[in-house]
Amino acid sequence: MAGSASDKFGFTVSKARVIDYDANDKAVINYILEKEPSLRLCIECGGCSATCTTGNFTRFSLREIHILLKRGENAQVREKIKKCMLCGKCILVCPRGVNTRNVVFLARQAFQKYDNNEL
Amino acid sequence: MTGSVAIIGGGTAGMEAAGQLARAGLSVTLIEKEPEAGGHARNWYHLFPDRRSGSEVLKYLNDQIDHENIKLITGSRIENFQKKGNEFVIETENGQEVKADALLLTTGFDLFRSERKEEYGYHIYDNVITSADLEDKFRNNDLRLLNGKIPEKIGLLHCVGSRDEKSGNVYCSKLCCVTAVKQAMELREKLPGSRVYSFYMDMRMGGALYEELYREAQEKYGVNFIRGKISEVSVNIDNRLVIKAEDTLVGRPLRMELDMLVLMAGMEMSQAGIRIADSAGLTRGENRFFAPADHHFGSNRSNLKGVFFAGTCTAPMNITETISHARSAAADIIKYLGNGRKR
Repeated sequence: MAGSASDKFGFTVSKARVIDYDANDKAVINYILEKEPSLRLCIECGGCSATCTTGNFTRFSLREIHILLKRGENAQVREKIKKCMLCGKCILVCPRGVNTRNVVFLARQAFQKYDNNEL
Repeated sequence: MTGSVAIIGGGTAGMEAAGQLARAGLSVTLIEKEPEAGGHARNWYHLFPDRRSGSEVLKYLNDQIDHENIKLITGSRIENFQKKGNEFVIETENGQEVKADALLLTTGFDLFRSERKEEYGYHIYDNVITSADLEDKFRNNDLRLLNGKIPEKIGLLHCVGSRDEKSGNVYCSKLCCVTAVKQAMELREKLPGSRVYSFYMDMRMGGALYEELYREAQEKYGVNFIRGKISEVSVNIDNRLVIKAEDTLVGRPLRMELDMLVLMAGMEMSQAGIRIADSAGLTRGENRFFAPADHHFGSNRSNLKGVFFAGTCTAPMNITETISHARSAAADIIKYLGNGRKR
């Protein structure tokens, strides 16, 4: 932040890492859950992330993204979710039958709607 | 078949075993410290996994002990027993003497006293309750907070007094996970506007139909499961609970406000059982429960000839397992009195 107090005085304030659950906006996850209720069934096994080609080459975990969305940590997900190539291998391994590809698809849609004030 | 058996502890295990032994022709004395038999089963609103009502279980158990061969003594503690020759002599605190050819201990468990985990604020903050308190609330059909409001945001904390070296209990109490799932569903059902968050370390859904119940809680009841143990509870200026946990699956701390927190209290060897074990020289395990003579083939036998165990005085068990364990104890005792024991 140019010209801020921290610049002048040579120190910075670290942003807290805590997930402030109550302050976070759940509009994106609510949109996804409404259209793809199977996401409720996720038990965080990580099978989707293990099989994911994107995840094998870059820092991308659908399991983690799913939790971040549920906690309303949208800023972290916004860019990351664009990495997915929608190949759908994750659907094949999911033990709870979550339509994981549709979750990614809906998340992208939700962010678009969010930006257009449609959520 | 003739012979007599004294059973110490009139809960699920004691009542079931009494019924089995009585029907085999043995004369049974069932001794219970409380004014009524029934044990912990009396406190349940609904059981898992099928939501059978606790009163139905109680009725079944009372039917079991309604037999001419059973003498029920209530409101009577046992401090000690002695073996004189082939006979056990048990003295109750009211000075009654009971004689029997075999002895079955069904002294059960005590619920972990959650106030020992001070960081969770039980008995400090009004809206921190235990799983047993919640069953009470369900039975009384009153889920209001002390201020009269209906809770909207409710947390459930697993492993309170279980898998916890700090409370001296390294073992898993086994029932609390599924109890949390059942209670979460019932909360959502009774308070449709509520949101429920379950904070767990592992979801241990090993019993029959438990995993199915867990799935149903997610799918139909929208219960939120967060992997991470709450480290501490405080209250904010609005007297709302504030919890701290790590959301371990994303590796970040999490802060949340709640209207109510339910602590899933674990099971401990009962103090009554400990007193009897130590005075009689019965072996106990590191977890303080009675140690069976053989974990595979003799889970109802003790280190003393003629003394048997059944139910949650040997390990955490649900009602189904307790009933099975009581039946196997009865089979062991029948065999012991029929063939094994030399008069």
